Amino acid sequence: MKNIDMTRVFAVVRKELLDFRRKRSIVITMLVVPVVFLVEPVVTIFVAPLSGSSASLDKTVMLPILYMLLISVVTPSTVAAYSVVGERDQGTLEPLLTTPLRQQEFVLGKAAAMMIPSVGIAYLVYALFLLCVELFAHSAIADAVFHDGPTLLTLFLFSPLVAGWAVVVGMAVSVRASEVRVAQQLGMLASFPVIGVIILLISGVIHPTFASAVEFAVGLAVVDVLALILVSRLFDRERLVTGAKASA
Amino acid sequence: MSLPATLRIRRKARKGNSSTSSKEWMITLDGHLAGAVAAEETLDVEIEPGSHTLQVRSSSLLTSPEVSFCAVEGQVIGYSCLPRSPSPVIASRWLFWLLASLLRRGLWIGLDVDDTLGSVESTKSVTTNPVRPLDSADTPRQGTLTTSVRATLAESTAVRRHAPGDSVLVVENLTKRFGSRTAFSDVSFDVGYGEVFGFLGPNGAGKTTTVRTLGTLLRPTSGSAIVAGIPLLEKNAVAIREKIAIMPESPGLYLRLSVKENLAYFAGLYGLRHAGQRIDEALEAVNLRDRANDLCGGLSKGLRQRVGLARTLLSDPAIMFLDEPTSGLDPVASLEVHNLIIGLKAKGVSIFLTTHRLDEAEKLCDRVAIMKTKLRTVGTIDDLRSQLFKRALTVRTVAPLADPTQFFSAIGSVEAWQNVDANSYLLTVEDPQIAAPDVTRALVGAGADVLSIGESQHSLEDVYLELIGEDRGAAAT
Repeated sequence: MKNIDMTRVFAVVRKELLDFRRKRSIVITMLVVPVVFLVEPVVTIFVAPLSGSSASLDKTVMLPILYMLLISVVTPSTVAAYSVVGERDQGTLEPLLTTPLRQQEFVLGKAAAMMIPSVGIAYLVYALFLLCVELFAHSAIADAVFHDGPTLLTLFLFSPLVAGWAVVVGMAVSVRASEVRVAQQLGMLASFPVIGVIILLISGVIHPTFASAVEFAVGLAVVDVLALILVSRLFDRERLVTGAKASA
Repeated sequence: MSLPATLRIRRKARKGNSSTSSKEWMITLDGHLAGAVAAEETLDVEIEPGSHTLQVRSSSLLTSPEVSFCAVEGQVIGYSCLPRSPSPVIASRWLFWLLASLLRRGLWIGLDVDDTLGSVESTKSVTTNPVRPLDSADTPRQGTLTTSVRATLAESTAVRRHAPGDSVLVVENLTKRFGSRTAFSDVSFDVGYGEVFGFLGPNGAGKTTTVRTLGTLLRPTSGSAIVAGIPLLEKNAVAIREKIAIMPESPGLYLRLSVKENLAYFAGLYGLRHAGQRIDEALEAVNLRDRANDLCGGLSKGLRQRVGLARTLLSDPAIMFLDEPTSGLDPVASLEVHNLIIGLKAKGVSIFLTTHRLDEAEKLCDRVAIMKTKLRTVGTIDDLRSQLFKRALTVRTVAPLADPTQFFSAIGSVEAWQNVDANSYLLTVEDPQIAAPDVTRALVGAGADVLSIGESQHSLEDVYLELIGEDRGAAAT
């Protein structure tokens, strides 16, 4: 990741955000997905039984909170899958490849442009959820939610990381895919490991503590960076232009 | 218009240091790669008068300090650079390397003003040598014009001056294969500064692949090239792309963005900061200023093509590659693109034009290459005509000649003849200037009424078909 020219990275980010804003399907996807993922946690919290121990109440609130983590995975994954194959589809990839833009700059710019709205929207939804809990939920439930520090930390800390994961996987698929639809379908696979981790947390295999949340976050950050480097390497101009590997 | 100045950089080798001798050092001028210099070689870079910054890099991390200097027109400014001795305190080589890498403070390469390089020729202009491959060149070598980013488009598209014979593109035995399929093979040619070079061939001849290869999108299988003064190597890909512009067959615009937003994006990709004025000038050059805020999705194909051309102008390229720029355009839109190319040509912009439209090549190009996987020929259209076809006269008479065979064989300067129609004859001659008066005299002497007599011109289409036909014939046998 050396020799990165931030002017080029910012140019990619600016253009991508502008393009997202003008593409209605992306705006709708980015708004609808979080709303869909907000409904279930809100309903669960409001209908949660108040009887039982505080430990069981904690477990009851943990599921809907962690469920919202999927917003950070699903929202950027469809856009990420479109990132390269979409450029090819609309005929803009070749002009782009003829510029001095390095693959790392392209990948970094695209990833940043996808993460900024995805994580922003996710945080907005979390804030909305917590506001609803604070204002309308039973005080016992609200206490359980606001005192579940490790789970909230996991939610806020993991959001950019799982979004990064979804973006990187989506882009990796997009670099290799020949069609937008195939890329988008395969891009959804990015959410599987995250769903797996959520299941492990809910089933009690992993106990969310401050320490484990930070450890997982560091691990995921390392995985994200390595995956980003890998995607940059997959970004082979010859393959992207001709669809074939160099014979030289 | 001011005379350019010359920056002369000599790379010295430190005694006993062999580790860096084989690796070329990159010369960065105003943040852009200007050339490469091997050990104990000298590089000449033509620069615009004014303030510049200079840095020499061994790798992205091992650099010299960045120095600023001011060039006066016609001046030769000399700098010498050499690897610095590691400090005795930091005797360990890896520690020195680490520190140099971390600090990026120019611990590795010393860069100093060298009066001996500049003073000798400081009062006269420098004669530059043609660009040659880095491995084979001796000193001094010519670098390339580099102050592109700072120059305004108005300055950059003003008439450029280069020494006669300078080449912006040199291609030698370039070959590209995809597995067992050969896209093009053993292609050699050169393109001069300010030249419009036509690259002709039928569909599938390898024209676009050649452009993509020279534009560093594809790796050549073998052969070499120097693009805008930089050897076509993978490590130089970004530097080459900084100095060229390619307009693919389809302009590839973001349809949801406006014309100006598209150009601003590409200006950013070329690292141009505060590119507003440059964008305006590019739009002005293609007569699109009044459509700057229109979404590209709403533009006609011809207008999109113009936006594509404006995009290629943004970076002040040393050479523009236009890949079939009028493909799919109606005659009016084609004419507009032709006029734009003629305008660019008048301003001295080097253009590499691939096309299969022969009328286009004949109208726009100084020289053409005809290619069908292999290069069939290169030259001016007149040269190609005279290489391929004997010169001819067309004679028209009011009435058919009684015995044309006997009549024309009696004229010494006529080599052969054939009937075009009943009273028109095509005469093969060595020199029309000698043959035309001979034939006229003979016809008048024989009592024939002459309607017209003139030299018969073969079109580029004749040349093309002759060469491609030969190729087909060869393939058949």
